[in-house]
Amino acid sequence: MSTAAAATGPLVWAVPLALALMGLALLVAFVRLARGPTVFDRVVALDLSVTVVVGAIGTFAIESDQSLSVRAALVVALVGFLGTLALARYLEGRKR
Amino acid sequence: MTLELVGEWVVAVLLVLGAGFMAVAALGVLRFPDLYNRMQAAGKAGTLAKMLIMSAVAVHFADTSVTARALLISIFFLMTTPIAGHIVSRVAYATGVPLWPGSVRDDLAGTEAAGRAGDDPEPPLSSSRRGG
Repeated sequence: MSTAAAATGPLVWAVPLALALMGLALLVAFVRLARGPTVFDRVVALDLSVTVVVGAIGTFAIESDQSLSVRAALVVALVGFLGTLALARYLEGRKR
Repeated sequence: MTLELVGEWVVAVLLVLGAGFMAVAALGVLRFPDLYNRMQAAGKAGTLAKMLIMSAVAVHFADTSVTARALLISIFFLMTTPIAGHIVSRVAYATGVPLWPGSVRDDLAGTEAAGRAGDDPEPPLSSSRRGG
């Protein structure tokens, strides 16, 4: 609807800046994923990367002006929560 | 026209703020000394970041169904992040993940939560809480 405003508005630089920050966050989360001393650190890093993916999907929805991918964000959020829960329950029986 | 531009500025500020909080959360996950501090960074800053970006989506589309969906995602995160954090930290504590040596307080030391993971009727662990 607002193609003229989108071509000159602040979203021109805001979307790439947000995506760059999210890419940085994803990279840093993967560093923690690679060298977490315990497996729970890796669970936390995966949870954070799910957060970043949800944010990236939201940013992509704004950039492409299609609201369809917001549903994908909801699905990713659900899967991330269930995955964290399943990993925690799986690790519950493990002794150290 | 001017109103649309104001809306775009609001969207841009919310987006950049949310992405910045995501970067701060990742920095905390990388730099904090033990698991419990890292979970604190990822939980609180991450939830705020997600809610800011979903607010940006709601403002940008200004449509009832999209706004409802973004609100649903925000409320979902508000409800699930504490649950996931609680479960992960409880299991980690019961499994014996060590606290940072500079921690000043450990309310669960010597309690049932330190020895047993979950509600399964199994014998408690031997009392070595602070491994590492």
